[in-house]
Amino acid sequence: MFKIVNKQKLNSTVTMMDIHAPLVAKKAEAGQFIILRVDADGERIPLTVAGFDRNAGTVKIIFQIVGATTMRLNEKHEGEFIEDFVGPLGCATHTEGIKKVCIVGGGVGCAIALPVAQKFHSIGCEVHSIIGFRNKELVILKDEFSACSDKLTVMTDDGSYGAKGLVTEPLKEALDAGENYDEVIAIGPLVMMKFVVATAKPFDVPTTVSMNPIMIDGTGMCGGCRLTVGGKTKFACVDGPDFNGFEVDFDEAAARANAYADFERREREECCNLFKKELK
Amino acid sequence: MAVQPKKREMPVQDAKLRARNFMEVALGYSEEDAVIEAQRCLNCKNRPCIEGCPVKVLIPDFINKIKEHDFEGAYSVISKSSALPAVCGRVCPQETQCESKCTLGIKFEPVAIGRLERFVADYHNKHFNGEPTLLKSNGKKVAVIGSGPSGLTCAGDLAKKGYKVTVFEALHVAGGVLVYGIPEFRLPKEIVSKEVETLKKYGVEIETNVVVGKTVTIDELFESGYNAVYIASGAGLPRFMGIKGESLKGVYSANEFLTRANLMKAYKDDAHTPIMKAKNVAVVGGGNVAMDAARTALRLGADNVYIIYRRSMNELPARKEEVEHALEEGVKFEVLRNPVEIMGYNNQDDKRDAKNGFVTGINIIKCELGEPDEKGRRRPVEIEGSEYILPVDCVIMAIGTSPNPLINKTTKGLNVNSHGCIIADESTGKTSKNGVFAGGDAVTGAATVILAMGAGKSAAEAIDEYLNNKRRIG
Repeated sequence: MFKIVNKQKLNSTVTMMDIHAPLVAKKAEAGQFIILRVDADGERIPLTVAGFDRNAGTVKIIFQIVGATTMRLNEKHEGEFIEDFVGPLGCATHTEGIKKVCIVGGGVGCAIALPVAQKFHSIGCEVHSIIGFRNKELVILKDEFSACSDKLTVMTDDGSYGAKGLVTEPLKEALDAGENYDEVIAIGPLVMMKFVVATAKPFDVPTTVSMNPIMIDGTGMCGGCRLTVGGKTKFACVDGPDFNGFEVDFDEAAARANAYADFERREREECCNLFKKELK
Repeated sequence: MAVQPKKREMPVQDAKLRARNFMEVALGYSEEDAVIEAQRCLNCKNRPCIEGCPVKVLIPDFINKIKEHDFEGAYSVISKSSALPAVCGRVCPQETQCESKCTLGIKFEPVAIGRLERFVADYHNKHFNGEPTLLKSNGKKVAVIGSGPSGLTCAGDLAKKGYKVTVFEALHVAGGVLVYGIPEFRLPKEIVSKEVETLKKYGVEIETNVVVGKTVTIDELFESGYNAVYIASGAGLPRFMGIKGESLKGVYSANEFLTRANLMKAYKDDAHTPIMKAKNVAVVGGGNVAMDAARTALRLGADNVYIIYRRSMNELPARKEEVEHALEEGVKFEVLRNPVEIMGYNNQDDKRDAKNGFVTGINIIKCELGEPDEKGRRRPVEIEGSEYILPVDCVIMAIGTSPNPLINKTTKGLNVNSHGCIIADESTGKTSKNGVFAGGDAVTGAATVILAMGAGKSAAEAIDEYLNNKRRIG
């Protein structure tokens, strides 16, 4: 059992938790993920590490309430426990040889992008961050990004905060203006990452994307998280989650991501009804 | 008294009924069945059956105890050699091991050793309430990586020698392939958890949610006071064929399909982990895992389940009993067939069509058997122009696994072969790294439960010897 030592609502659909998991906290690096089960009989879901405190032995997770499992997780209070928490899994984000980087985060993906930005910042790299959200209400972690970025651009789809538009726009402007990034790192919805790759490619700037496919064990056993990268079958849990964006088959990944859409909708509805009943 | 030529029949659930439920297929001998079958044992001088057993159970001795109605005595005999008798009695391929050597088997059917072992273990689990007698700790600590059959066997044997053993398991529950792979109807999870509980009574500690190679490394285990390490991390990543369509929705590796069904209990209506309940299922492969996947698909409600295998019925690598059970339950065997492509739904006019990207069929080509390969098995040769499409909505790839890279990537000095399997001495499990032993599928690639147990057993002896020598020298 793993204790929730801190819980904080970041916006109406995104929650942050610090979980006491000393073994994981000791090893976690930016770019890695964990697998958790909220309770016995629950499903195993992967969440990317959003931060860690090695001294306190805690690992930070930030999740969007999208499905039944994240709903159940969000129902847990500070001081309560979750059943299983295992990691850190996957490979850490590579930082070697990079002097100047552009981090592009979208929506809840910013939660994963933040420790990556912090890592680059801590090793003396010049960090430009572009973070995008649908609207002002959904903006998260702005101050944290500000603290670790040499340049920060906030975008919203409707212009209610920062500049109006997609994250690809300021990225293209920067590249057009001759910003010589050693790497672009994109973390967010598949479609966003696909277009960040399309934006960076003409400039031939290496672009890394963080993939978050359906997983079960997360340790290299089931093969559910397979992706086609450079024409080869790769497993996000052991080969990733970071991959060369130029080589990822995004359309296939997007199709596979909704394999259980029907089931998930039913589960979610059931879960909502359950909570409604509990409230009465 | 004349010897009964045939084994005492094993009571089983009716094939039609069981093909639709997840309850155990074979129901087990009654006390009467067991005693009658035990009496078939000739108690011959050579005792060849013991040689056929990878963990060297003193088979005639336990059978003699059954003859005397001393079922607990029989259990004591078995448990001296086997850490998991209730498991072995169910999943060992006895027909190619102990039973294949049985003297009675020369003229008649061999003694049903497996069924008797299962009976004894089940009897013990049902009736025994006592506590095992614990040995005094010798103060030495051993870490076992993986709680599958190999790891549990090694842990059990070492604990019985007085070692303090910790088993590290990556998943949330102990048992490895016994809980994520082998289905409930062949090996009920309750049996596995009972065996694990027994080991705990011997002082074995089990730490779930620890991925060695990630959460801790082997070097860190030594630093934290373990004197030796046994790697039994099992087989790893599933293999795919590299044909078109393998990323369509509805294509599973057998590992994923079985993990969803077994470990995550997706067969239950109230499970939180989904599984595709397909109507027409193709399983590619002919081993035990393929049979497990096919029979699980049937139980999840499929109307048609096909095994697609490139050689003929005679070459199927699965246990004969598993193939027979699958046939009885209605699994169809498309043998001498090889997949060429998996077909998917693609509505060009409507990109948002919810059916897009789901499997609709599998294109397979007929084969004939050609010249034998290096292993002596006749090679399948595709017959040009013989392709046809089998309409299915789910394809399960059960064509083996390649080793998990997590441990060797993070362990300096641990040598692996060109396939990525850990190189270990066959009789001791000794690896290239001092104090590190390995066995089971992590070394051999996908094999059987009992071979993995055999490796765990020899490694336990080798570790004991290694630590004793070290003590003398140090």
